[in-house]
Amino acid sequence: MSALLQVEGVSKIFDGLVAVNNATFDVQEGTITALIGPNGAGKSTMLNMISGALPVSIGKITFNKRKITNKPPHKIAGYGVSRTFQNVELFSNMSALENVMIGRHLRGRCGMLAAATRLWHLRREELKIEADAHEFLNRVGLGDMADEPAGDLPFGKQRLLEIARAIAVEPKLLLLDEAASGLSTREKKDLVKLIYSLRSDGITIFMVDHDMDLVMDISEHVIVLDHGEKIAEGTPQQVQKNDKVIAAYLGEEVEDA
Amino acid sequence: MDIRTKRFIGAFLFITLIGCVPLFVKNGYHLGILTMVAINTILVIGLNLLMGYAGQVSLGHAAFYGIGAYSTAVFTSSQFGWHPFVAALAGIVISIIVAAIIGIPCLRLRGHYLALATLGFGWIMYIVMKNWEPLGGTSGIEKIPFLVVGNIVINDDQSRFYFTWAVAMIILWITWNIVHSRVGRALRALHTSESAASSLGVYITGYKLQVFLLSAVFASIAGSLYAHCINFVSPNTFNFVTSVQIVVMTVIGGMASVWGAPVGAGAITILVEVLREVGDKVKIMKDSDVIMHGLILVLAMIFMPSGVYCTIFDGIVRLFRRKKTGGAA
Repeated sequence: MSALLQVEGVSKIFDGLVAVNNATFDVQEGTITALIGPNGAGKSTMLNMISGALPVSIGKITFNKRKITNKPPHKIAGYGVSRTFQNVELFSNMSALENVMIGRHLRGRCGMLAAATRLWHLRREELKIEADAHEFLNRVGLGDMADEPAGDLPFGKQRLLEIARAIAVEPKLLLLDEAASGLSTREKKDLVKLIYSLRSDGITIFMVDHDMDLVMDISEHVIVLDHGEKIAEGTPQQVQKNDKVIAAYLGEEVEDA
Repeated sequence: MDIRTKRFIGAFLFITLIGCVPLFVKNGYHLGILTMVAINTILVIGLNLLMGYAGQVSLGHAAFYGIGAYSTAVFTSSQFGWHPFVAALAGIVISIIVAAIIGIPCLRLRGHYLALATLGFGWIMYIVMKNWEPLGGTSGIEKIPFLVVGNIVINDDQSRFYFTWAVAMIILWITWNIVHSRVGRALRALHTSESAASSLGVYITGYKLQVFLLSAVFASIAGSLYAHCINFVSPNTFNFVTSVQIVVMTVIGGMASVWGAPVGAGAITILVEVLREVGDKVKIMKDSDVIMHGLILVLAMIFMPSGVYCTIFDGIVRLFRRKKTGGAA
């Protein structure tokens, strides 16, 4: 096993506020790795820096032996990293199928001039993109909802559609941002099955989540952030026993109460 | 009916409608106005893509219109004597270069930097046209030669009408193709969510820039057609008011819809002419037509925020549905 993603000494500073402070960790190829932590620990910020949505203030991120620090998101997607969003960001006015077809964007070559003149080989490319998109929809169990507008799907299905769209990129690394939040117990079970099957297809999973049960259940490696700093790392069992982690989570519960 | 049949019928009806116009409209002045509708359609369609899909506004589109018109005027003059198509191509190339210089820095940023930069550029171009000696100053350039296609000289109202509409239709067809392709899909995606689109590999800045360049090219083509149709260009045609007028036509027709362009261009071009005639007759006060014009725009935006084309189209669809359900009951 080797590290697919390496985060080295990464910090994010927003106008003097340190959101992530000197975080260092690896994501091993072929694993399900989770990043957890209480609210405001900097988990989503970390994910956004990996996907290129936010610039990195200090530090270095390496993916597949290539430095991706501060590369634009579309380039990082091209290297093989795709993601879902905490607050589902579907193209709500497009059909489910079209959403996944955008996921196949990088597999097409048709540009503005070729599209304008409607060259014949483009028709074949479009049909291929459409057929592939159907397959990815089937993969997450939304095959019969291809023509539904994405915005009309129930919330649980929207989360699945986002995953279908992200795996349509054929990523090596899939970033899941709170993929289980807002799902029912049954939907969570289906999600776990899907995540396992994606992993067995060779996709490395890096997930950010609140849901401790889910994370402890499926991940092989857990990284814990608190106030932007990494406080623990290890197997779920190791992390659960860690005093700092217990304190961080207890602290949150006390504050919540 | 599948989408291909619908598209074919729509295009067929549109072409037949336009083709029949000169059979009924014999008056040269009226035909001239309808020719201007075609030119304005070409201007609007580029901005329709830019505003509807890239979410950006150009407030200086009259400048690209002017670049096309003046390129044709200068390069077809006896001094250069270029073929009209070559002159138009020169205008296109100049427009692309200028649009790239403005677009590349502005479109990297989020926000309406492009609107401000094009606004400034529009003013600069206007002042250049007015004061630069080779462009004829305020009096402009006259005696622009007629367009010659093969052996046909386009020198009467009818042939001008047919030629400009033929070009407008080709440009509508091109735009329709782009909207319904991988590129169009990416444009719609980035319009809904830039962060999601870019996470899937869509190069946001690149697509916005391409759309802006395309809209500048269309405006330049419209300018060249204008120069050949009117045979005369002067700076006042390409000032800030024209830029605003193009934006108004785009918004009134309906953004992000290909058919919104001819509808918006037609509605506003004809409205302006009708109001001018009415204003001359009524004579309540000076510029009363401009006030009416403004009032109609305000009302249109309040009652048809998605544009005339979409409002009417949706209305017809709803009417048919109601009839169907009424029949079943």
